[in-house]
Amino acid sequence: MTGPLIELRDVDAYYGSSHILHGLDLRLECGSCLSLMGRNGMGKTTTLKTIVGYVRPKRGSAYIMGRDASELATHDIAQAGIAYVPEDRAIFPNLTVTENLVMAARAGANGTRSWTEERVMTLFPRLAERRDHWGNHLSGGEQQMLSIGRALMTNPDVLLLDEATEGLAPLIREEIWSVISEIKSTGMSAIIVDKDAARLQDLCDQHMILVKGRAAFSGDRAALQNEPDILHRHLGI
Amino acid sequence: MPSRNVLSALAVLVLALAVVPMIGDKYWIKLATRMIVLGIFAMSLDLLVGYTGLVSFGHAAFFGLSGYVLHLVSPEDAAANMAWALPVCLGVTALAALVIGALSVRTKGVYFIMVTLAFAQMLFYFFHDSDLAGGSDGAYIYFKPILALGSVVLVDLGGSAVLFYFSLVSLIVLYAGLVMVLRAPFGKVIQGIKVNEHRMQALGFNTYLYKLVSFVIAGTIAGYAGFLFASIDGFVSPELLGWQESGIALVMVILGGMGTLFGPVIGAIALLGVEELFRDRALFGFIAAHWQILMGGFVICIVLFFANGLGGLLVKIAGRQSEER
Repeated sequence: MTGPLIELRDVDAYYGSSHILHGLDLRLECGSCLSLMGRNGMGKTTTLKTIVGYVRPKRGSAYIMGRDASELATHDIAQAGIAYVPEDRAIFPNLTVTENLVMAARAGANGTRSWTEERVMTLFPRLAERRDHWGNHLSGGEQQMLSIGRALMTNPDVLLLDEATEGLAPLIREEIWSVISEIKSTGMSAIIVDKDAARLQDLCDQHMILVKGRAAFSGDRAALQNEPDILHRHLGI
Repeated sequence: MPSRNVLSALAVLVLALAVVPMIGDKYWIKLATRMIVLGIFAMSLDLLVGYTGLVSFGHAAFFGLSGYVLHLVSPEDAAANMAWALPVCLGVTALAALVIGALSVRTKGVYFIMVTLAFAQMLFYFFHDSDLAGGSDGAYIYFKPILALGSVVLVDLGGSAVLFYFSLVSLIVLYAGLVMVLRAPFGKVIQGIKVNEHRMQALGFNTYLYKLVSFVIAGTIAGYAGFLFASIDGFVSPELLGWQESGIALVMVILGGMGTLFGPVIGAIALLGVEELFRDRALFGFIAAHWQILMGGFVICIVLFFANGLGGLLVKIAGRQSEER
Protein backbone atom coordinates (compact mmCIF):
# COMPACT_ATOMS: atom_id res chain seq x y z
CA MET A 1 0.00 0.00 0.00
CA THR A 2 1.50 3.32 -1.07
CA GLY A 3 -0.71 5.98 0.58
CA PRO A 4 -1.21 6.56 4.31
CA LEU A 5 -2.60 3.67 6.36
CA ILE A 6 -4.85 6.03 8.29
CA GLU A 7 -5.93 9.48 7.28
CA LEU A 8 -8.32 11.88 9.01
CA ARG A 9 -9.23 14.97 7.01
CA ASP A 10 -10.78 17.98 8.73
CA VAL A 11 -12.70 15.73 11.14
CA ASP A 12 -15.29 17.06 13.56
CA ALA A 13 -16.51 14.51 16.11
CA TYR A 14 -19.12 14.80 18.85
CA TYR A 15 -20.41 12.92 21.91
CA GLY A 16 -24.07 13.85 21.74
CA SER A 17 -24.03 17.64 21.56
CA SER A 18 -20.46 17.94 22.95
CA HIS A 19 -18.06 18.97 20.21
CA ILE A 20 -14.82 17.03 20.85
CA LEU A 21 -12.67 17.09 17.70
CA HIS A 22 -12.45 20.29 15.67
CA GLY A 23 -11.21 19.95 12.11
CA LEU A 24 -8.56 17.38 12.98
CA ASP A 25 -6.11 16.22 10.31
CA LEU A 26 -3.99 13.14 10.93
CA ARG A 27 -1.89 10.86 8.72
CA LEU A 28 -0.17 7.63 9.63
CA GLU A 29 2.28 6.31 7.08
CA CYS A 30 3.36 2.71 6.71
CA GLY A 31 6.01 1.76 9.30
CA SER A 32 5.53 5.02 11.18
CA CYS A 33 4.86 5.51 14.89
CA LEU A 34 2.75 8.50 15.88
CA SER A 35 2.40 9.75 19.44
CA LEU A 36 -0.76 11.51 20.54
CA MET A 37 -0.10 13.77 23.48
CA GLY A 38 -2.26 16.18 25.43
CA ARG A 39 -3.85 16.78 28.80
CA ASN A 40 -6.93 14.88 29.89
CA GLY A 41 -10.09 15.59 27.93
CA MET A 42 -8.31 16.98 24.85
CA GLY A 43 -9.64 14.34 22.44
CA LYS A 44 -6.87 11.72 22.28
CA THR A 45 -9.13 8.76 23.02
CA THR A 46 -11.86 10.21 20.80
CA THR A 47 -9.36 10.35 17.94
CA LEU A 48 -8.62 6.64 18.37
CA LYS A 49 -12.33 5.85 18.67
CA THR A 50 -12.98 7.78 15.47
CA ILE A 51 -10.35 5.69 13.68
CA VAL A 52 -11.90 2.38 14.81
CA GLY A 53 -15.41 3.56 14.03
CA TYR A 54 -16.84 3.78 17.55
CA VAL A 55 -17.34 7.50 16.95
CA ARG A 56 -18.45 8.64 13.49
CA PRO A 57 -17.26 12.04 12.24
CA LYS A 58 -20.06 14.56 11.71
CA ARG A 59 -17.88 16.51 9.30
CA GLY A 60 -14.74 15.67 7.39
CA SER A 61 -13.66 12.23 6.32
CA ALA A 62 -11.66 9.27 7.54
CA TYR A 63 -9.76 6.81 5.35
CA ILE A 64 -8.51 3.45 6.54
CA MET A 65 -6.06 1.69 4.21
CA GLY A 66 -7.28 4.02 1.48
CA ARG A 67 -10.94 3.07 2.00
CA ASP A 68 -13.61 5.54 3.05
CA ALA A 69 -14.27 4.67 6.71
CA SER A 70 -17.86 5.94 6.55
CA GLU A 71 -18.66 2.79 4.56
CA LEU A 72 -16.92 0.48 7.02
CA ALA A 73 -18.33 -1.08 10.20
CA THR A 74 -15.99 -1.37 13.19
CA HIS A 75 -15.35 -5.05 12.45
CA ASP A 76 -14.47 -4.17 8.82
CA ILE A 77 -11.93 -1.63 10.08
CA ALA A 78 -10.44 -4.27 12.39
CA GLN A 79 -10.33 -6.77 9.54
CA ALA A 80 -8.58 -4.17 7.39
CA GLY A 81 -5.67 -4.41 9.84
CA ILE A 82 -6.35 -1.94 12.66
CA ALA A 83 -6.01 -3.31 16.22
CA TYR A 84 -7.17 -1.20 19.15
CA VAL A 85 -5.95 -1.62 22.71
CA PRO A 86 -8.42 0.42 24.76
CA GLU A 87 -7.68 2.40 27.89
CA ASP A 88 -9.82 0.09 30.06
CA ARG A 89 -8.12 -3.01 28.54
CA ALA A 90 -11.52 -4.74 28.33
CA ILE A 91 -10.29 -8.21 29.16
CA PHE A 92 -13.04 -10.82 29.09
CA PRO A 93 -13.30 -11.90 32.74
CA ASN A 94 -15.15 -15.12 31.94
CA LEU A 95 -12.40 -16.41 29.65
CA THR A 96 -8.93 -17.66 30.54
CA VAL A 97 -5.73 -16.00 29.30
CA THR A 98 -5.41 -18.60 26.54
CA GLU A 99 -9.08 -18.27 25.58
CA ASN A 100 -8.79 -14.47 25.46
CA LEU A 101 -5.92 -14.86 22.99
CA VAL A 102 -7.16 -17.76 20.90
CA MET A 103 -10.61 -16.25 20.51
CA ALA A 104 -9.12 -13.22 18.76
CA ALA A 105 -6.73 -15.20 16.53
CA ARG A 106 -7.09 -14.34 12.88
CA ALA A 107 -4.99 -13.98 9.75
CA GLY A 108 -3.99 -10.42 8.96
CA ALA A 109 -5.43 -8.40 6.08
CA ASN A 110 -2.69 -9.82 3.82
CA GLY A 111 -3.43 -13.39 4.94
CA THR A 112 -0.36 -13.86 7.14
CA ARG A 113 -0.41 -15.33 10.64
CA SER A 114 2.90 -14.15 11.98
CA TRP A 115 1.53 -13.57 15.50
CA THR A 116 0.58 -16.82 17.20
CA GLU A 117 -0.31 -17.72 20.76
CA GLU A 118 3.21 -19.01 21.35
CA ARG A 119 4.83 -15.86 19.97
CA VAL A 120 2.66 -13.70 22.22
CA MET A 121 3.56 -15.92 25.19
CA THR A 122 7.24 -15.52 24.33
CA LEU A 123 6.78 -11.76 24.21
CA PHE A 124 4.98 -11.80 27.57
CA PRO A 125 6.38 -14.66 29.71
CA ARG A 126 4.11 -13.55 32.57
CA LEU A 127 1.10 -14.50 30.46
CA ALA A 128 2.59 -17.92 29.77
CA GLU A 129 2.77 -18.49 33.53
CA ARG A 130 -0.90 -17.59 33.84
CA ARG A 131 -2.31 -19.37 30.79
CA ASP A 132 -5.23 -20.92 32.66
CA HIS A 133 -6.07 -17.96 34.90
CA TRP A 134 -9.37 -16.19 34.40
CA GLY A 135 -9.22 -12.71 32.90
CA ASN A 136 -10.40 -11.11 36.14
CA HIS A 137 -7.72 -12.88 38.17
CA LEU A 138 -4.90 -10.89 36.54
CA SER A 139 -3.12 -7.79 37.81
CA GLY A 140 -3.48 -4.50 35.93
CA GLY A 141 -0.11 -5.01 34.23
CA GLU A 142 -0.95 -8.55 33.18
CA GLN A 143 -4.29 -7.37 31.84
CA GLN A 144 -2.50 -4.73 29.76
CA MET A 145 -0.11 -7.39 28.44
CA LEU A 146 -3.07 -9.60 27.58
CA SER A 147 -4.87 -6.72 25.91
CA ILE A 148 -1.82 -6.00 23.73
CA GLY A 149 -1.30 -9.72 23.08
CA ARG A 150 -4.93 -10.14 22.07
CA ALA A 151 -4.63 -7.24 19.63
CA LEU A 152 -1.49 -8.80 18.13
CA MET A 153 -3.34 -12.10 17.62
CA THR A 154 -5.39 -10.33 14.92
CA ASN A 155 -2.11 -9.87 12.98
CA PRO A 156 -2.67 -6.16 12.44
CA ASP A 157 -0.80 -3.62 10.32
CA VAL A 158 -1.52 -0.81 12.78
CA LEU A 159 -1.66 -0.92 16.57
CA LEU A 160 -3.60 1.78 18.41
CA LEU A 161 -2.53 1.94 22.06
CA ASP A 162 -4.60 4.07 24.40
CA GLU A 163 -2.88 5.00 27.69
CA ALA A 164 -0.48 2.13 27.26
CA THR A 165 1.10 2.34 30.70
CA GLU A 166 -1.35 4.33 32.82
CA GLY A 167 -1.82 3.14 36.38
CA LEU A 168 0.92 0.51 36.17
CA ALA A 169 3.81 -0.05 38.56
CA PRO A 170 7.18 1.37 37.34
CA LEU A 171 8.69 -2.08 36.69
CA ILE A 172 5.67 -3.19 34.68
CA ARG A 173 5.72 0.11 32.78
CA GLU A 174 9.31 -0.59 31.78
CA GLU A 175 8.32 -4.05 30.60
CA ILE A 176 5.45 -2.68 28.52
CA TRP A 177 7.64 0.02 26.92
CA SER A 178 10.26 -2.55 26.05
CA VAL A 179 7.61 -4.76 24.42
CA ILE A 180 6.16 -1.82 22.48
CA SER A 181 9.60 -1.00 21.20
CA GLU A 182 10.10 -4.64 20.20
CA ILE A 183 6.78 -4.64 18.33
CA LYS A 184 7.74 -1.39 16.60
CA SER A 185 11.02 -2.94 15.47
CA THR A 186 9.00 -5.53 13.50
CA GLY A 187 7.87 -2.66 11.26
CA MET A 188 4.35 -2.43 12.60
CA SER A 189 2.81 1.04 12.47
CA ALA A 190 1.34 2.46 15.66
CA ILE A 191 -0.47 5.36 17.24
CA ILE A 192 0.35 5.60 20.93
CA VAL A 193 -1.41 7.66 23.58
CA ASP A 194 0.42 8.00 26.87
CA LYS A 195 1.36 10.52 29.56
CA ASP A 196 5.07 9.66 29.39
CA ALA A 197 6.14 12.29 26.87
CA ALA A 198 9.84 11.45 27.21
CA ARG A 199 9.27 7.82 26.24
CA LEU A 200 7.00 8.82 23.37
CA GLN A 201 9.65 11.20 22.03
CA ASP A 202 12.22 8.41 22.04
CA LEU A 203 9.95 5.80 20.50
CA CYS A 204 7.88 7.66 17.93
CA ASP A 205 8.98 9.42 14.76
CA GLN A 206 5.82 11.53 14.42
CA HIS A 207 4.13 13.55 17.16
CA MET A 208 0.85 15.34 17.64
CA ILE A 209 -0.25 17.45 20.59
CA LEU A 210 -3.98 17.89 21.00
CA VAL A 211 -5.48 20.90 22.73
CA LYS A 212 -9.27 21.07 23.00
CA GLY A 213 -9.73 18.75 20.05
CA ARG A 214 -7.36 20.64 17.74
CA ALA A 215 -3.82 19.77 16.72
CA ALA A 216 -1.65 22.36 18.51
CA PHE A 217 1.42 20.65 17.09
CA SER A 218 1.96 18.07 14.41
CA GLY A 219 5.33 17.13 13.08
CA ASP A 220 8.33 14.85 13.28
CA ARG A 221 10.86 14.43 16.09
CA ALA A 222 13.15 17.18 14.79
CA ALA A 223 10.27 19.66 14.57
CA LEU A 224 9.29 18.88 18.15
CA GLN A 225 12.87 19.38 19.33
CA ASN A 226 12.95 22.75 17.56
CA GLU A 227 10.11 23.95 19.79
CA PRO A 228 11.42 23.15 23.28
CA ASP A 229 8.73 25.06 25.15
CA ILE A 230 5.78 23.47 23.37
CA LEU A 231 5.57 20.50 25.74
CA HIS A 232 5.72 22.82 28.74
CA ARG A 233 3.05 25.07 27.26
CA HIS A 234 0.57 22.33 26.41
CA LEU A 235 1.43 19.48 28.74
CA GLY A 236 2.90 21.35 31.71
CA ILE A 237 6.18 19.38 31.70
CA MET B 1 -17.70 -26.72 31.76
CA PRO B 2 -18.98 -27.64 35.24
CA SER B 3 -16.59 -29.21 37.75
CA ARG B 4 -16.48 -32.96 38.34
CA ASN B 5 -18.48 -32.58 41.56
CA VAL B 6 -21.22 -30.64 39.81
CA LEU B 7 -21.31 -33.21 37.01
CA SER B 8 -21.65 -35.97 39.62
CA ALA B 9 -24.55 -34.11 41.24
CA LEU B 10 -26.18 -33.68 37.84
CA ALA B 11 -25.71 -37.39 37.11
CA VAL B 12 -27.49 -38.20 40.38
CA LEU B 13 -30.33 -35.88 39.36
CA VAL B 14 -30.61 -37.58 35.97
CA LEU B 15 -30.63 -41.02 37.62
CA ALA B 16 -33.30 -39.88 40.07
CA LEU B 17 -35.41 -38.73 37.15
CA ALA B 18 -34.71 -41.90 35.20
CA VAL B 19 -36.37 -44.10 37.84
CA VAL B 20 -39.65 -42.13 37.79
CA PRO B 21 -41.29 -44.37 35.12
CA MET B 22 -40.31 -47.44 37.17
CA ILE B 23 -41.91 -46.27 40.40
CA GLY B 24 -44.49 -43.65 39.46
CA ASP B 25 -47.84 -43.85 37.68
CA LYS B 26 -48.76 -42.08 34.44
CA TYR B 27 -49.40 -38.76 36.21
CA TRP B 28 -45.89 -38.61 37.67
CA ILE B 29 -44.31 -39.74 34.41
CA LYS B 30 -46.12 -36.94 32.60
CA LEU B 31 -45.04 -34.39 35.22
CA ALA B 32 -41.40 -35.53 35.00
CA THR B 33 -41.57 -35.40 31.19
CA ARG B 34 -42.93 -31.86 31.36
CA MET B 35 -40.06 -30.91 33.70
CA ILE B 36 -37.49 -32.26 31.27
CA VAL B 37 -39.06 -30.70 28.19
CA LEU B 38 -39.44 -27.31 29.84
CA GLY B 39 -35.86 -27.75 31.05
CA ILE B 40 -34.76 -28.05 27.39
CA PHE B 41 -36.81 -24.95 26.59
CA ALA B 42 -35.26 -22.96 29.46
CA MET B 43 -31.77 -24.21 28.55
CA SER B 44 -32.22 -22.87 25.01
CA LEU B 45 -33.19 -19.49 26.44
CA ASP B 46 -30.08 -19.56 28.63
CA LEU B 47 -27.94 -19.63 25.49
CA LEU B 48 -29.42 -16.23 24.67
CA VAL B 49 -29.80 -14.67 28.12
CA GLY B 50 -26.87 -16.21 29.99
CA TYR B 51 -24.27 -16.47 27.24
CA THR B 52 -25.08 -13.98 24.48
CA GLY B 53 -26.59 -11.24 26.66
CA LEU B 54 -29.86 -11.14 24.72
CA VAL B 55 -32.87 -11.09 27.03
CA SER B 56 -35.68 -12.40 24.84
CA PHE B 57 -39.25 -12.03 25.99
CA GLY B 58 -40.64 -13.86 22.99
CA HIS B 59 -38.85 -17.18 23.12
CA ALA B 60 -42.14 -19.09 23.43
CA ALA B 61 -42.86 -18.11 19.81
CA PHE B 62 -40.55 -20.91 18.65
CA PHE B 63 -41.74 -23.33 21.32
CA GLY B 64 -45.40 -22.94 20.33
CA LEU B 65 -44.77 -22.63 16.61
CA SER B 66 -43.08 -26.03 16.48
CA GLY B 67 -46.04 -27.59 18.32
CA TYR B 68 -48.43 -26.07 15.80
CA VAL B 69 -46.33 -27.27 12.87
CA LEU B 70 -46.46 -30.79 14.34
CA HIS B 71 -50.26 -30.51 14.50
CA LEU B 72 -50.43 -29.25 10.90
CA VAL B 73 -48.21 -31.99 9.46
CA SER B 74 -49.76 -34.82 11.49
CA PRO B 75 -52.35 -36.90 9.57
CA GLU B 76 -55.73 -37.08 11.37
CA ASP B 77 -55.89 -40.86 11.23
CA ALA B 78 -52.27 -41.88 11.69
CA ALA B 79 -49.12 -40.86 13.53
CA ALA B 80 -46.62 -38.59 11.82
CA ASN B 81 -43.20 -40.15 11.25
CA MET B 82 -40.55 -38.23 13.16
CA ALA B 83 -38.06 -39.01 10.41
CA TRP B 84 -39.65 -36.21 8.38
CA ALA B 85 -42.01 -34.47 10.84
CA LEU B 86 -39.22 -33.46 13.24
CA PRO B 87 -36.97 -31.93 10.54
CA VAL B 88 -40.01 -30.05 9.17
CA CYS B 89 -40.86 -28.67 12.65
CA LEU B 90 -37.24 -27.70 13.30
CA GLY B 91 -36.81 -26.27 9.80
CA VAL B 92 -39.87 -24.01 10.12
CA THR B 93 -38.80 -22.93 13.60
CA ALA B 94 -35.25 -22.20 12.45
CA LEU B 95 -36.57 -20.19 9.52
CA ALA B 96 -38.88 -18.21 11.84
CA ALA B 97 -35.95 -17.63 14.22
CA LEU B 98 -33.82 -16.44 11.29
CA VAL B 99 -36.44 -13.93 10.14
CA ILE B 100 -37.35 -12.70 13.63
CA GLY B 101 -33.70 -12.69 14.72
CA ALA B 102 -32.52 -10.81 11.60
CA LEU B 103 -34.72 -7.90 12.66
CA SER B 104 -34.53 -8.25 16.46
CA VAL B 105 -30.78 -8.54 17.01
CA ARG B 106 -30.29 -5.14 15.39
CA THR B 107 -31.79 -3.74 18.60
CA LYS B 108 -30.41 -3.81 22.13
CA GLY B 109 -31.54 -3.87 25.75
CA VAL B 110 -35.16 -3.02 26.41
CA TYR B 111 -35.82 -2.56 22.68
CA PHE B 112 -34.74 -6.14 22.02
CA ILE B 113 -37.11 -7.30 24.76
CA MET B 114 -39.98 -5.33 23.20
CA VAL B 115 -39.28 -6.45 19.62
CA THR B 116 -39.09 -10.14 20.52
CA LEU B 117 -42.27 -9.78 22.60
CA ALA B 118 -44.02 -8.08 19.66
CA PHE B 119 -43.06 -10.86 17.23
CA ALA B 120 -44.23 -13.55 19.66
CA GLN B 121 -47.55 -11.75 20.18
CA MET B 122 -47.99 -11.48 16.40
CA LEU B 123 -47.66 -15.26 16.14
CA PHE B 124 -49.91 -15.70 19.18
CA TYR B 125 -52.71 -13.66 17.58
CA PHE B 126 -52.16 -15.34 14.22
CA PHE B 127 -53.00 -18.74 15.72
CA HIS B 128 -55.55 -17.27 18.14
CA ASP B 129 -57.60 -15.44 15.54
CA SER B 130 -57.25 -17.70 12.49
CA ASP B 131 -59.05 -20.95 11.76
CA LEU B 132 -55.81 -22.60 10.72
CA ALA B 133 -55.52 -24.71 13.88
CA GLY B 134 -58.63 -24.38 15.97
CA GLY B 135 -58.24 -20.68 16.78
CA SER B 136 -58.45 -19.84 20.47
CA ASP B 137 -59.67 -23.38 21.31
CA GLY B 138 -56.40 -24.95 20.20
CA ALA B 139 -56.09 -28.23 18.33
CA TYR B 140 -55.44 -31.91 19.00
CA ILE B 141 -52.72 -34.18 17.70
CA TYR B 142 -54.70 -37.39 17.76
CA PHE B 143 -51.79 -39.73 17.13
CA LYS B 144 -48.46 -38.96 18.78
CA PRO B 145 -45.41 -39.02 16.49
CA ILE B 146 -43.55 -42.24 15.85
CA LEU B 147 -40.15 -43.04 14.42
CA ALA B 148 -40.65 -45.73 11.81
CA LEU B 149 -38.37 -47.40 9.32
CA GLY B 150 -40.69 -48.76 6.65
CA SER B 151 -43.36 -50.62 8.56
CA VAL B 152 -41.16 -51.12 11.64
CA VAL B 153 -41.94 -48.69 14.46
CA LEU B 154 -38.70 -47.93 16.34
CA VAL B 155 -40.03 -45.28 18.74
CA ASP B 156 -43.64 -44.50 19.59
CA LEU B 157 -44.00 -41.27 21.56
CA GLY B 158 -47.58 -42.34 22.36
CA GLY B 159 -46.17 -44.39 25.23
CA SER B 160 -45.65 -42.10 28.22
CA ALA B 161 -42.49 -43.93 29.37
CA VAL B 162 -41.09 -43.90 25.83
CA LEU B 163 -41.71 -40.17 25.53
CA PHE B 164 -40.13 -39.64 28.94
CA TYR B 165 -36.91 -41.50 28.09
CA PHE B 166 -36.77 -39.95 24.62
CA SER B 167 -36.99 -36.49 26.25
CA LEU B 168 -34.39 -37.38 28.88
CA VAL B 169 -31.91 -38.60 26.26
CA SER B 170 -32.65 -35.47 24.19
CA LEU B 171 -31.89 -33.28 27.21
CA ILE B 172 -28.54 -34.98 27.81
CA VAL B 173 -27.54 -34.86 24.13
CA LEU B 174 -28.58 -31.22 23.75
CA TYR B 175 -26.78 -30.23 26.95
CA ALA B 176 -23.58 -31.95 25.77
CA GLY B 177 -23.98 -30.35 22.33
CA LEU B 178 -24.40 -26.86 23.80
CA VAL B 179 -21.39 -27.35 26.10
CA MET B 180 -19.34 -28.23 23.00
CA VAL B 181 -20.67 -25.19 21.14
CA LEU B 182 -19.74 -22.95 24.07
CA ARG B 183 -16.24 -24.43 24.27
CA ALA B 184 -15.69 -23.86 20.55
CA PRO B 185 -14.44 -20.48 19.24
CA PHE B 186 -18.05 -19.54 18.40
CA GLY B 187 -18.99 -19.96 22.05
CA LYS B 188 -16.10 -17.81 23.21
CA VAL B 189 -17.12 -15.07 20.79
CA ILE B 190 -20.74 -14.92 21.98
CA GLN B 191 -19.54 -14.86 25.60
CA GLY B 192 -17.27 -11.98 24.63
CA ILE B 193 -20.22 -10.20 23.02
CA LYS B 194 -22.17 -10.49 26.26
CA VAL B 195 -19.35 -8.85 28.23
CA ASN B 196 -18.31 -6.17 25.73
CA GLU B 197 -19.79 -6.08 22.25
CA HIS B 198 -17.76 -3.03 21.17
CA ARG B 199 -14.54 -4.81 22.03
CA MET B 200 -15.53 -7.81 19.94
CA GLN B 201 -16.24 -5.53 16.99
CA ALA B 202 -12.85 -3.91 17.42
CA LEU B 203 -11.31 -7.38 17.31
CA GLY B 204 -12.90 -7.82 13.88
CA PHE B 205 -15.99 -9.86 14.70
CA ASN B 206 -19.26 -9.13 12.94
CA THR B 207 -21.23 -9.35 16.17
CA TYR B 208 -24.57 -9.08 14.39
CA LEU B 209 -23.96 -12.39 12.60
CA TYR B 210 -22.80 -14.16 15.75
CA LYS B 211 -25.84 -12.97 17.70
CA LEU B 212 -28.10 -14.04 14.86
CA VAL B 213 -26.60 -17.53 14.75
CA SER B 214 -27.00 -17.82 18.52
CA PHE B 215 -30.63 -16.66 18.20
CA VAL B 216 -31.34 -19.27 15.51
CA ILE B 217 -29.71 -22.09 17.51
CA ALA B 218 -31.70 -21.11 20.63
CA GLY B 219 -34.93 -20.82 18.63
CA THR B 220 -34.43 -24.20 16.98
CA ILE B 221 -33.78 -25.92 20.32
CA ALA B 222 -36.90 -24.22 21.72
CA GLY B 223 -38.70 -25.65 18.70
CA TYR B 224 -37.41 -29.11 19.58
CA ALA B 225 -38.81 -28.65 23.10
CA GLY B 226 -42.10 -27.47 21.58
CA PHE B 227 -42.27 -30.61 19.44
CA LEU B 228 -41.86 -32.80 22.54
CA PHE B 229 -44.26 -30.69 24.61
CA ALA B 230 -47.00 -30.99 21.99
CA SER B 231 -46.44 -34.75 22.08
CA ILE B 232 -47.07 -34.95 25.84
CA ASP B 233 -50.76 -34.07 25.79
CA GLY B 234 -51.30 -34.22 22.06
CA PHE B 235 -52.72 -30.74 22.23
CA VAL B 236 -51.58 -27.27 21.17
CA SER B 237 -53.11 -23.90 22.00
CA PRO B 238 -52.14 -20.27 21.37
CA GLU B 239 -51.05 -19.97 25.03
CA LEU B 240 -47.93 -21.95 24.11
CA LEU B 241 -46.74 -18.91 22.13
CA GLY B 242 -47.92 -16.26 24.60
CA TRP B 243 -45.86 -13.86 26.67
CA GLN B 244 -46.74 -15.78 29.85
CA GLU B 245 -44.93 -18.85 28.50
CA SER B 246 -41.90 -16.71 27.61
CA GLY B 247 -42.05 -15.18 31.09
CA ILE B 248 -42.16 -18.61 32.75
CA ALA B 249 -39.09 -19.65 30.75
CA LEU B 250 -37.27 -16.52 31.96
CA VAL B 251 -38.27 -17.30 35.56
CA MET B 252 -36.85 -20.83 35.12
CA VAL B 253 -33.57 -19.39 33.81
CA ILE B 254 -33.29 -16.87 36.67
CA LEU B 255 -34.40 -19.39 39.30
CA GLY B 256 -31.88 -21.96 38.09
CA GLY B 257 -29.03 -19.53 37.44
CA MET B 258 -28.09 -17.81 34.21
CA GLY B 259 -25.08 -18.83 32.18
CA THR B 260 -24.79 -22.38 33.43
CA LEU B 261 -27.04 -24.36 30.99
CA PHE B 262 -27.80 -26.92 33.70
CA GLY B 263 -29.17 -24.21 36.04
CA PRO B 264 -32.28 -23.48 33.95
CA VAL B 265 -33.02 -27.22 33.79
CA ILE B 266 -32.90 -27.30 37.60
CA GLY B 267 -35.04 -24.16 37.55
CA ALA B 268 -37.67 -25.90 35.42
CA ILE B 269 -37.69 -28.98 37.65
CA ALA B 270 -37.90 -26.81 40.79
CA LEU B 271 -40.65 -24.58 39.44
CA LEU B 272 -42.91 -27.48 38.39
CA GLY B 273 -42.03 -29.49 41.50
CA VAL B 274 -42.77 -26.63 43.89
CA GLU B 275 -45.99 -25.83 42.03
CA GLU B 276 -47.08 -29.43 42.55
CA LEU B 277 -46.21 -29.12 46.24
CA PHE B 278 -48.03 -25.80 46.78
CA ARG B 279 -51.16 -27.14 45.08
CA ASP B 280 -51.41 -29.97 47.60
CA ARG B 281 -54.52 -29.29 49.76
CA ALA B 282 -53.37 -31.80 52.38
CA LEU B 283 -50.22 -29.75 52.98
CA PHE B 284 -51.36 -26.18 52.43
CA GLY B 285 -55.12 -26.25 53.06
CA PHE B 286 -57.15 -23.42 51.55
CA ILE B 287 -53.97 -21.57 50.45
CA ALA B 288 -53.37 -24.39 47.97
CA ALA B 289 -56.12 -22.85 45.83
CA HIS B 290 -54.00 -19.69 45.67
CA TRP B 291 -50.69 -21.47 45.13
CA GLN B 292 -49.41 -18.65 42.91
CA ILE B 293 -48.97 -16.47 46.02
CA LEU B 294 -46.72 -19.10 47.60
CA MET B 295 -44.89 -19.54 44.32
CA GLY B 296 -44.23 -15.79 44.16
CA GLY B 297 -42.75 -15.91 47.66
CA PHE B 298 -40.59 -18.90 46.70
CA VAL B 299 -39.19 -17.20 43.59
CA ILE B 300 -38.50 -13.97 45.54
CA CYS B 301 -36.66 -15.93 48.27
CA ILE B 302 -34.46 -17.73 45.75
CA VAL B 303 -33.61 -14.53 43.89
CA LEU B 304 -32.91 -12.63 47.14
CA PHE B 305 -30.85 -15.26 48.93
CA PHE B 306 -29.21 -17.14 46.05
CA ALA B 307 -27.93 -14.57 43.56
CA ASN B 308 -26.80 -17.26 41.14
CA GLY B 309 -29.95 -19.31 41.47
CA LEU B 310 -30.30 -22.96 42.39
CA GLY B 311 -27.56 -23.88 39.91
CA GLY B 312 -25.22 -21.48 41.72
CA LEU B 313 -26.16 -23.09 45.02
CA LEU B 314 -25.31 -26.51 43.58
CA VAL B 315 -21.92 -25.23 42.39
CA LYS B 316 -21.25 -23.75 45.85
CA ILE B 317 -22.12 -26.98 47.67
CA ALA B 318 -20.09 -29.07 45.22
CA GLY B 319 -17.14 -26.68 45.61
CA ARG B 320 -17.33 -26.89 49.41
CA GLN B 321 -17.38 -30.69 49.31
CA SER B 322 -14.30 -30.82 47.09
CA GLU B 323 -12.49 -28.42 49.49
CA GLU B 324 -13.40 -30.63 52.46
CA ARG B 325 -11.84 -33.61 50.68
